[in-house]
Order: sequence, then C-alpha cells, then structure tokens
Amino acid sequence: MTEQEKRIRIARRIALELRDGHFVNLGIGLPTLVANFVPAGMEVVLQSEIGMLGVGPYPLEGEEDADLINAGKETVSELPGTSYFSSAESFAMIRGGHIEMSVIGGMEVAENGDLANWIIPGKMIKGMGGAMDLVATARQLYIAMEHTTRDGKPKILHRCRLPLTGVGVVDFIVTEMGFFRVTPQGIVMEEIAREVTPEQVQAATEAKLIVAPQLRPMPGT
Amino acid sequence: MDKTVASAAAAVADIPDGATLMIGGFGLCGNPENLLAALHRLGRRDLTIISNNAGTDAEGIGVMLAAGQIKKMISSYVGENSIFEARARSGELDTELLPQGTLAERIRAGGAGIPAFFTPAGVGTVVAEGKETREFDGRTYLMERWLKADFALIKGFRGDRWGNLTYRKTARNFNPVMAAAARVTIAEVEELLPPGGLDPEAIITPAVYVHRIVLGGGYRKPIERRTVRKG
Repeated sequence: MTEQEKRIRIARRIALELRDGHFVNLGIGLPTLVANFVPAGMEVVLQSEIGMLGVGPYPLEGEEDADLINAGKETVSELPGTSYFSSAESFAMIRGGHIEMSVIGGMEVAENGDLANWIIPGKMIKGMGGAMDLVATARQLYIAMEHTTRDGKPKILHRCRLPLTGVGVVDFIVTEMGFFRVTPQGIVMEEIAREVTPEQVQAATEAKLIVAPQLRPMPGT
Repeated sequence: MDKTVASAAAAVADIPDGATLMIGGFGLCGNPENLLAALHRLGRRDLTIISNNAGTDAEGIGVMLAAGQIKKMISSYVGENSIFEARARSGELDTELLPQGTLAERIRAGGAGIPAFFTPAGVGTVVAEGKETREFDGRTYLMERWLKADFALIKGFRGDRWGNLTYRKTARNFNPVMAAAARVTIAEVEELLPPGGLDPEAIITPAVYVHRIVLGGGYRKPIERRTVRKG
C-alpha cells in the first residue's frame, strides 16, 4: 500500500464513527482527510481551535480570504450556520466536553492510553499548539496514524518513549491494519484489515494486543 | 471621550525597552500589522512577547525576532519560524511553550481577575513540571496562573472612538481575550466609525477594555497556506 492509500483507508474508517449532529475536531494532517468521507446526507459540524464552528471546504480559487483559516493555517470557507468565537471560548467548549469526538495524529501510543505526538527531542522546536488541551478533554479521542514508522518500527508500544502529550487519554486507534480500542486490560483489536493476520499485526506492534472474540474485518479493506 | 490616536507610531511611542506585550493573531491571521511595524521601527529591545505564534521568518512577530528585539516568547506553536528555532537553541531567546487552551485561559484569567485556575491539559507532561496539581472528583488537574501584560497590541475589524470593537471571521482568535489582560490596550481597525456606527449587539470587545484606537491601513494579510478546491 502507498502512504496515501493507507491514509485514505484510515480516514474512511474513522468517518464511519461520525453521527448526524456530531460536533467534531479534526487535527492537522491525516485527521483532516476524514472531512472528505462524511456520509452523504449526514450533518457533522467541524470545530477549529482558531475559533470556528462549521468549517467548510477549501475555498474556490480566487475566493481565499486571509481572515478565514483553520488551525492548520489553511484557507477554508464558511457554511450556512457557521459561527466564530475567541480562542478562550474555543478551548472552553473543548475543555468543557462539548465536542463529541476529536481525531488527532500520533507518533506513539502506549497500551495504557498515553499519547506522544508533539515533539521529538533534538528535532525542530514546534510546540504543542492545542493538542494537549484536545487530548486531555475529548469525550472520545481517536488516534489516526500509520501502524508503524517509515522504517517499519512499531508505534503502538508498551510505554511511550517520546515526551507525552497526554496521560491515559486515548480511546481508539485506527491504522491501516485495524481498529483498536484502549481498555483498562490493554489494547483490544476489534477489526483487522483483510490482507493481514492477527499474528502479522502483533508482529508490527510492541504492545501485547488482545484479539476481540468477535474480531471483524475492517470495512473498506 | 476620544481614544483615537493619529498614527500607529504615536500609539506605541511610550512602550519602553523590557516591556511585556500581548500580540493578537493566530499565525499571521488577525495580526495588528500597523502596530507591529511601528513597534519594530521604534527599535525597542528586551521585549517579552505573549502571542500564540512567532510569525514567520519574514512576517509578523518574526521580523522583531530577526532584529533581536525579543528577549522572551510565551507561545503555543512556533513551527514556521527558523529564526525562533536558531535563537532558542543558542539561548539568546527565552521560550515558554504552553498548551493553546491554557495560554488562552491564562490570558482570559488575567483580564477577569482570576489569579489561578485548574486544567487537565498538560497533566503528566513537561508542561506540569514545577506546577501544583490537585485532585477534583477523582481526576488530577494542573494549576495555571493568570497572565497579564503592560501593553496589548490587537487587531479589530471595525471600531469607534470609544474603543468598541468588532472582528472579522477567524481573525478574532486571541484578540478579544488579550484586550482585557493588559494595562494599556492598543487596537488597530480597518474601519473607524462614528459613535453609533457599530451595532451594539455585534460589539465583541466593549470599549472599557481598549485605551487607544488607530485606523490601520495598507493591510497585507499574508496567507500561510493557500488551499483551494476545484470548482
């Protein structure tokens, strides 16, 4: 699978979690792709930390507006029903648990639900942006990430090695290999991509996976 | 009452070396471009800047970083600035990185007279180092202090001579919270209207928070990531 095929598979699978009327925050990068797969006829309202509810698609060429961007600093558009508010109110609605679902990328996830995704020591200093607020307080936190690093190393670990973004915060992990639920007993594999076996998924995972008794094929594979 | 100041240069003239400033904007969106340029030209140094980002190498706060005018930055995301990176690594620039919601709430608290609050963001991470934690209803929270500044430089869309402000789309971002958290708040706007020109229901920053107001001009409004769809 190409990198792009993996990303689209992950985004499509997460889109199946959306429900009509959901207010959702999609992180920068892969999570943003989820917006492309909202089922037809379903109204899902996207929140952007910059202070916007009802984030629309990228504007048509020539209609870009420098005063209308998302938290990834990309130009976006308005929808009927869009609202704007300050950064403080934006995070009050996140911290206050009013956003049903957050999707964010991951560098490492541990079997206890710890997440690392904001800094690699020695690499460029970027900052955490809104990630720490989002992961600490999401009602449902989905991690959208490729199953392994570019050089094939596991990203689902016993314990994170990178500096943490949040402690015990992850609810679900979606990779090109499957759909995983983080439970107090460990990480449960609930769905598996058709082209791999549970043994192959385990081999690509450092944490010990619990295979669900009703393991299902991952939709879209 | 007329808080109008004739020029951006006049509005920032009394900002001294070593001042602590809040600067509105999210990246280059909602930046007080005229006030920033005037402050840069004024050549003040050793400034502490509280702003979500640090501009880019050539734009916004990045210009003052490149000129060595900034001693310390308190931000949440600085990823588009290689000068920030170089100066932070060499130790010339002191930096404090905070979760974005914590930054916004610390500023809000400063303006609202709340000296500290508890948040779950950053618990168990480097952000928590040296900070008090407390348990409420079985969950651990981190104590964060208010943030205040000597001056806030903010960008509204429309304003009046009392200092009432409206904003435009996502250019609002940190501007209204910063307006309340500084001893002196200086606002620039794209249109200055006579009293009564603003719909009272639409005013986001009431006049009480704004001390000086300047009519800005020549807005460049650079776009950091121009993304479009096919028609």
